[in-house]
Amino acid sequence: MTTLQATAIPTGVWKSDPVHSEVGFAVKHMVVATFRGAFTDFGVTLANDEGEPRLYGAVRTDSVQVRDENLHGHLVSPEFFDSERYPEITFTSTAIRADGSDLVVDGDLTIKGTTKRVEARGHIDGPVAHPAGGERIGIDLETQVDRTEFGLNWNAPMPSGGVAVQNEVTLTVHLELAPEE
Amino acid sequence: MRVLAISGSLRRDSHNTRLLRVAAGLAPPPAELELFDGLKDVPPYDEDDDGDLAPEGARRLREAIARADAVLIATPEYNSSIPGQLKNALDWASRPFPDSVLRNKPVAVIGASTGMFGAVWAQAEVRKVLGAIGARVVEVELPVAGAEEAFAGNRLADRELHQRLAQILTELVEAVEHRHLVAA
Repeated sequence: MTTLQATAIPTGVWKSDPVHSEVGFAVKHMVVATFRGAFTDFGVTLANDEGEPRLYGAVRTDSVQVRDENLHGHLVSPEFFDSERYPEITFTSTAIRADGSDLVVDGDLTIKGTTKRVEARGHIDGPVAHPAGGERIGIDLETQVDRTEFGLNWNAPMPSGGVAVQNEVTLTVHLELAPEE
Repeated sequence: MRVLAISGSLRRDSHNTRLLRVAAGLAPPPAELELFDGLKDVPPYDEDDDGDLAPEGARRLREAIARADAVLIATPEYNSSIPGQLKNALDWASRPFPDSVLRNKPVAVIGASTGMFGAVWAQAEVRKVLGAIGARVVEVELPVAGAEEAFAGNRLADRELHQRLAQILTELVEAVEHRHLVAA
């Protein structure tokens, strides 16, 4: 494992493109299936303009997108994300490094007022020239969290055993970033 | 600050209504408890009857909850669960979902029973229902067991239980104050 040199990450300040980026989650549902959802309102910044590079961002919890309005209502209620009291999920990196060809980002993830250190793995690509001008880079990262460590405790026992929603949740970001204007 | 107190028992000499009267004397200023007296007038839930012209009993319940900053429910326990009329009232209050009058509203649940468990199962199930509705459930419990012997005048005979009830009211009021802080 080597420390990623600042020069390995494009210099400057880069902002996520909301149209071509995604912040999502996946969790086992009904024991056997994988349920996916995403947030539509978020912003991520990669800052490599001074000192160590930093990756940070925030997600509006009430922008959770699922294809059922009743489920949306449940997810933003106090029993889940509690959007009234905790309108944002935030992430701030504490270290960015390379592990082989992987990009590894350590950082503090705050959900529902609880902050935990996580390690996210993925990769960074680019920059490439955009036809309309400027450049773009891509970052894909993934990490696993135990949602109950953040106070997201809701569950329901299944008649045939097991629970409706597993505690382990996979969080993913697929980012297209453009230079800050 | 208005706290709407709902007793899940309709009986004239209900232990749970008496428990709420004890609670009324413990509410920390500026909170004031208002006892809801219309539970018996809430008709059986029927979606065909719901909407702008919902029955008067259901509208009174919704309006009382909407006016209140918080709700305190005292539930008896029937057959290890929630009394039907209380559950029916919560079903009316839960509509329309998700933006009902209970949405994000701080609610605490207490309970009394003549048995030895103090309606703990009914309290747990009322909390579960409130969570599903989207209320801000204060995670507290007050099992007043042996209700026929549990009161001494306008107090709970058990000093520790009495103090616990006062603490629950404080936590309920704090949940309201926190909500106002977030909104400010």
